[in-house]
Amino acid sequence: MVVATMRVSPGVIALSGPLSARGIGRLWEHAVSAAREAGGGALKVDVSGATVLDTSGAALLLALEAGHGGAVEIAGADQHGVALIAQMRKVKPAKPAAQPAKAGASGLAWLAVARIRLEFFGAMVLALLALPAKRRFLRGADFARIAERAGLQALPLVIMLGFLIGMILAFQSAVPMRKFGADLYVANLVAISLFRELGPLLVAVILAGRTGSAFAAELGTMQVNEEIAALTTMGIDPETMLVLPRMGAAMLIMPALVVTMDIAGLIGMVAVLMVFGFPLSAISAQITASSGPADFLQGLVKGVIFAAAVALIGCRAGLTAGHGPRAVGEAATSAVVGGIVATVLLDGLFAVLIYRLRL
Amino acid sequence: MGTVISVEGVGQRFGSRTIFKDVTFDVQEGEIFVVLGGSGCGKSTLLKQMIGLLTPSAGKITIAGHDVVRDIDAVRRIIGVMFQSGALFGSMNLLDNITLPLSVFTDLPATARVEVARMKLALVGLADAALLLPAEISGGMAKRAAIARALALDPPVLLLDEPSAGLDPITCAGLDQLILDLRDTLGATFVVVTHELPSILAIADRCVMLDSAAQGVIALGRPKELRDSSTVPVVRAFFNRETL
Ligand SMILES: Nc1ncnc2c1ncn2[C@@H]1O[C@H](COP(=O)(O)OP(=O)(O)OP(=O)(O)O)[C@@H](O)[C@H]1O
Ligand SMILES: [Mg+2]
Repeated sequence: MVVATMRVSPGVIALSGPLSARGIGRLWEHAVSAAREAGGGALKVDVSGATVLDTSGAALLLALEAGHGGAVEIAGADQHGVALIAQMRKVKPAKPAAQPAKAGASGLAWLAVARIRLEFFGAMVLALLALPAKRRFLRGADFARIAERAGLQALPLVIMLGFLIGMILAFQSAVPMRKFGADLYVANLVAISLFRELGPLLVAVILAGRTGSAFAAELGTMQVNEEIAALTTMGIDPETMLVLPRMGAAMLIMPALVVTMDIAGLIGMVAVLMVFGFPLSAISAQITASSGPADFLQGLVKGVIFAAAVALIGCRAGLTAGHGPRAVGEAATSAVVGGIVATVLLDGLFAVLIYRLRL
Repeated sequence: MGTVISVEGVGQRFGSRTIFKDVTFDVQEGEIFVVLGGSGCGKSTLLKQMIGLLTPSAGKITIAGHDVVRDIDAVRRIIGVMFQSGALFGSMNLLDNITLPLSVFTDLPATARVEVARMKLALVGLADAALLLPAEISGGMAKRAAIARALALDPPVLLLDEPSAGLDPITCAGLDQLILDLRDTLGATFVVVTHELPSILAIADRCVMLDSAAQGVIALGRPKELRDSSTVPVVRAFFNRETL
C-alpha cells in the first residue's frame, strides 16, 4: 500500500503521496511534532506532491496548524483541496479533542444445539486462523467488559448456589447413609460429584442463563438494527470482532467460576457434616483420600469446553436473529435452551470418553 | 470521467413476489445519482444489492469494475454506506463509531484518530455531540452521524439511504450542501436514495425512478428534464406534486 511521505526542512514541511486516512497514519505524530518545533517561526506546509487530499488529510493539515500555533501557509493544494481545507477550517471545533469513552456491542439470537451449523463453526475456525491478520478487529476493552460481566458479576450467584447445593447434597445423602453408619462417606460422594460433574455443569447452566442469553440479546439487537450489516459492509467480520472475544472471555472465566463453585460446595457440605458432629480433620482426610487432582482437572477441562459451546451458541443465536424485536427474544431463548442442551450432550460425550479412556 | 457503478438487468424477487426486474443504469465518476420512487418500490433493496448484502435474483452490478457478488471485498474497500436506519453501533458513542473503522484500517495513532473523527463529526455539524451515545441523540443527528461514519475512510463511492428523510428543511438543505461540497472537494461519487423533491432538484445530476406497479424503472435522466418533459403520469405527478 502506498503511504504518504514527509520531508522537513527549516520552515517547510513537505507532504507527498496520499494524504488520506490510510496514507497518513505513520507520519501523523512526526508531522505534528515537526510543526510544534517550528512554532514561533514561519511555517509553510507544501502539499504539491499530494496525490490525494481528503478530509482526513485536511484534518492533519489543521492539526499541524494547531500544533504550530501561529499562521501556517498551506501551499500547493489544488482548487478542491483549498476548498476542502477552507470548509474544514470553518467547522473545526474549538475545543481540544476529548478522549473517546469505551464501547461494546449489543444483540440477541436463537439457536438450538442441533442447529449449530457447521458453517458457523467453520466461520469461527477461519476467524481464529485469520486472527493474526485481523487482530485490529479486537478491542481489548470489549474483552475486559465481557469477562467482567460474565465472570465477576456471576460470582455471588455461583458462591450461593454452590454452597446450597453442597449443603443439600450432604444433607440428603447423610440421612439415609447414617442408617448404615456410612455418613462420613458423604464427603467422598459430594466431593467427587462436585469436582467431576456438578461444578462444571451447574456453572455452565448459570453461564447459559446469564451470559449466553446476554450474548444472544446483544448480537441480536445489533442484527436487528443493521449494525451487523454496517460492520460487514465496512469489511470487519462480525465473527472476529464480536464472537471471538465473547468466546475467549467465557472460556477464560470458566475455570475460576468452576473452582469457586467447587469450593463453595465443599464448604456447604462441611458445614452439614460438622453439624452432624464430624471433625474437620476427618472430613478433609476423606476428601483427599477419595478424589485427586485428576477429578478436579477433569471438571475444569469440561467447564472450559462447556463455556465455549455456550458462548458460541449464544453468539450464533444473536447473529442469525431475524427481524424485529421478537427476534431478539427468540434469540435469547434459543441461546439458553441451546446452551443447556449442548452442555448436557457434551457432558454425556465426556462420560463415555472418560469411561473408554479409563481416566 | 468513467463509469463507476454499472447496474445491468438487475432484478429482485422475495419468494414469488417480484419487487423489481430489469433495472439498468450506470453512475459516472463524480456524479450524484439519486434513486427515487414511492415507498416500498425497492430503493433500499437495490442499495443492499449494490453493497453486497443481498444477491440479486437476476442481473449484475459492478462498482469500479468489481463484480459486487464475486468481488465483494474489493468493493467494500471503496464504498461508504449510510443505512436507512442509521445503524450506528448502539454501545459506542459517536466518536467511537467513527474511530472504529479508522482503528481497524489505518495506522493513525489514537490521538490522530480522535482528531480525524472529530473533524468528520464537525463536517456534519455534530462536533458537540461526539461523546453522546446513539440513544441520546435525535433522529436527524443519527442520520448525520451515520454520514460521518460512512465518510470515515473517505471512500470514493458513497451510498446513502435517505439521508434527509425526517429532517427539517434547513438541516436538509445543509446536508444537501454537504453532499455537494464533498463531491466537489473529494470528487466522490454518490448514490443517494431520497424522495425529498427539493433535495433531488438541488443535488441530483441524474436520477432513476422505480415504481412498484411497473416493477422496475419508469424514468431515468436529469431531474429537471423529467419534471418538465416526462410523459409518464407517475413521474410527472411526483415531480410536480400532483395527485394522479
Ligand atoms: N428481506 C425481505 N424479505 C421479503 N421482502 C422484502 C425484504 N426486504 C424488502 N422486502 C420487500 O421489498 C419491498 C421493497 O422494500 P424496500 O425496503 O427496498 O423499499 P423502499 O423503496 O426502500 O421503501 P422506503 O421508501 O419506504 O424505504 C417491500 O415491499 C418489502 O416488503
Ligand atoms: Mg428504503
